[in-house]
Amino acid sequence: MNFSDTPQEAAFRAQAREWIAANAPHELREQLATAGLGQPVLRTGDVLQAGKAWQKRKQEGGWACLHWPTEFGGRGATPIERVIWQQEEGVFSKLSSPFGIGQGMCGPTLMAHAQERHKLRYLPPLASGEEVWCQLFSEPVAGSDLAGLRTRAVRDGDEWVINGQKIWTSGAHYSNFGILLTRTDSTVAKHDGLTMFFIDMKSPGVEIRPIKQVNGQSGFNEVFFTDLRVPDHQRLGEVGQGWKVSLTTLMNERLSIGAGMSTGFAELLDLCCTFETGEGLAIEDPAVRSKLATWAVRTSGLRYTGYRAISALSRGETPGPENSIGKLVAGQTLQEIAMFALDLQGQAGILMDPARVEASARFQAMLLRSPATRIEGGTDEILRNIIAERVLGLPADMRADRGMPFDKIPTRTSR
Amino acid sequence: MEFEFSAEQQQLKDQVRRFLADRCDRNAVRAVLEGEQPFDRPLWKAMGELGYLGASIPEAYGGLGAGYLEACVIAEELGRAVAPVPFGSSIALAAEFLLMAGTEAQKQKYLPRVASGESIGTLALVEGTGRVTPASIAASVVRVGEHHSLTGCKTAVADGDIADFAVVAARDASQVSASSPRISLFLVDLQQAGVKRSPLATIDPTRSHAQLDFDKAMAEPLGEPGAGLAIIEQVFDRAAILTAFEQLGGADRALEMARDYALERFAFGRPIGSLQAIKHMLADMYVSATLARSNCYYGAWALSTDAPELSTAAATARVSATQAYQHCSRNNIQVHGGMGFTWQFDCHLYYRRSNLLAVSLGPLSGWEDRLIKRLSEQRAA
Repeated sequence: MNFSDTPQEAAFRAQAREWIAANAPHELREQLATAGLGQPVLRTGDVLQAGKAWQKRKQEGGWACLHWPTEFGGRGATPIERVIWQQEEGVFSKLSSPFGIGQGMCGPTLMAHAQERHKLRYLPPLASGEEVWCQLFSEPVAGSDLAGLRTRAVRDGDEWVINGQKIWTSGAHYSNFGILLTRTDSTVAKHDGLTMFFIDMKSPGVEIRPIKQVNGQSGFNEVFFTDLRVPDHQRLGEVGQGWKVSLTTLMNERLSIGAGMSTGFAELLDLCCTFETGEGLAIEDPAVRSKLATWAVRTSGLRYTGYRAISALSRGETPGPENSIGKLVAGQTLQEIAMFALDLQGQAGILMDPARVEASARFQAMLLRSPATRIEGGTDEILRNIIAERVLGLPADMRADRGMPFDKIPTRTSR
Repeated sequence: MEFEFSAEQQQLKDQVRRFLADRCDRNAVRAVLEGEQPFDRPLWKAMGELGYLGASIPEAYGGLGAGYLEACVIAEELGRAVAPVPFGSSIALAAEFLLMAGTEAQKQKYLPRVASGESIGTLALVEGTGRVTPASIAASVVRVGEHHSLTGCKTAVADGDIADFAVVAARDASQVSASSPRISLFLVDLQQAGVKRSPLATIDPTRSHAQLDFDKAMAEPLGEPGAGLAIIEQVFDRAAILTAFEQLGGADRALEMARDYALERFAFGRPIGSLQAIKHMLADMYVSATLARSNCYYGAWALSTDAPELSTAAATARVSATQAYQHCSRNNIQVHGGMGFTWQFDCHLYYRRSNLLAVSLGPLSGWEDRLIKRLSEQRAA
């Protein structure tokens, strides 16, 4: 029972730390440290440009996607070395958020299913941040029931013609490429008629419209396809095997989104230790302390659950579905903490102006962003299903559409 | 990083689990539940012989000196088996008080017999309802020549009916100032004329409790005069971590029972474990138990290394494990439906124990308070 590195791990950590000290954009540290949820907003310029610069620098130093094989732009690092790098990169990793989906999900999917020449062409610029990728999965009628998607791909010689609509595509507006899950056969069961492709986002027939979110920002998009033509060699996996291919992506999604998520507790403790309620510091109120304790133990429980996962990696084990708890716990906690922080501020808790509000209105921003955390990348309910079925071994839910050909599945309009 | 028990500790855990499956099955627990005996004495003796009681007691005092990680592993298995034995009183508390504050002679006298299971110790602290404060303690000790004489009444003393000696918190006549009474600790032999024991009915009959009335009982000072509450606070940090493991073991077992029942019970033509209402309840229980496990490991690390943040780690493990055990034990009954409310099913054993342990070292609210005080002190430092 210890937190110590092995000698090799310690040497690797020292090397990473030294490189970061010499190369990181330290002038951005303060802004990144206090950035809210989601993609950071920089006062001093465009985060995408700053992110690309940092990513390129990492790639030149051999630290971009370090767990990828060398020929694809990585350095073949072990999983534990990747974790050590993430720990050392700290706040600067927020600069890499525009590349998170591409490197975390699209990259592994390409690695597992793309033609060799495509891997060599597309993976290195994805690793270096020169090209950005997005993931085109969810649709207006296919969210948690992703396999119910309706975007059609029809074969035409050596090409496929694609029509339909995707939604909740993070970063589509600045992406160069995307992986796209389509329906190629409506006459078979829903999971059996799907096929995956990758597409050039600048192709004719692709239209991107930003979605205005609850918090006023627009990180997500709708993407429309009108007679988009995609060559067959951009198919990932066999025709009809798209569901299996997508599982590669989704497994990586859960791991990368859940890793080291903030619950907002540290920020709330800071607030309570400095905020005058009118009857003394908030932290001096026993009722406040009691509330904080529950969030404190959830936060520490997630931290040490993470350390147990790292220990398992260090022993050479593979993380499993038990890691679904990270986002499930963090998402709910963020929302509860945001509400409590507003409550502490009394009737003025509704104010949004960072210049006038406690903690630069970060809790107000957290309130308005946190509902998305409980939905994106697997809703709370889907995560509970995963824990129940894949960790506890409970039976899968009974499904009304099981084994039914896709075009016979009841919908709102066919009922 | 190796934030996990070692292979040897895992082996010990398996060994203790097999031992308890054999020696502490549901009939053994039910014999105590039904009042046939106040605790499982043969089991306790066997644990002493195997060295399970002395895992964290140094060899110099008759223990194994294996360490606290081993004691944590044993505590977890005892919790899992809802074992009707005085581990919390004798090992987590009495032995720790002696190690923390005892003289060499006191350690030599008591610890070897505690480690072997021949002698059982406990803590007699509480006198009325509500939180323990200096003002809530009226029991007092006066010096009579070479001797100390204790008079007073202690209630809800765990194992008070079976213990051989108790660590008693009392006002020290030589230290008294009327405005702020100072509390000292005393070792008291419970098998003497001046001690009357009256068993008490509690929410958990598998762990016996008693009222102790002291009438000029002979007492022996333990630790510095007037340092009683400070010593209690330090010992409670250590005991809280061992108790958290006991709670963790119970939480895990309650979750397993609920999971197993959800798989075998059919309703509406399907196992109830395929219904999302049940699945999600079980998933939430798993989340609580997993967070508690990770927090308990943090506590075990702090206890075994005597880390500066021991007090924070103790409160973290304690709050998390209390919440998890209460959550899992009450939802275990819910998943079982009406059968879970029968005397015959074992669900209530876990429900009772979880709620007993939840207040056994002071209430959850007190530990929540302590945790946040420690965290805000750490933040300031």
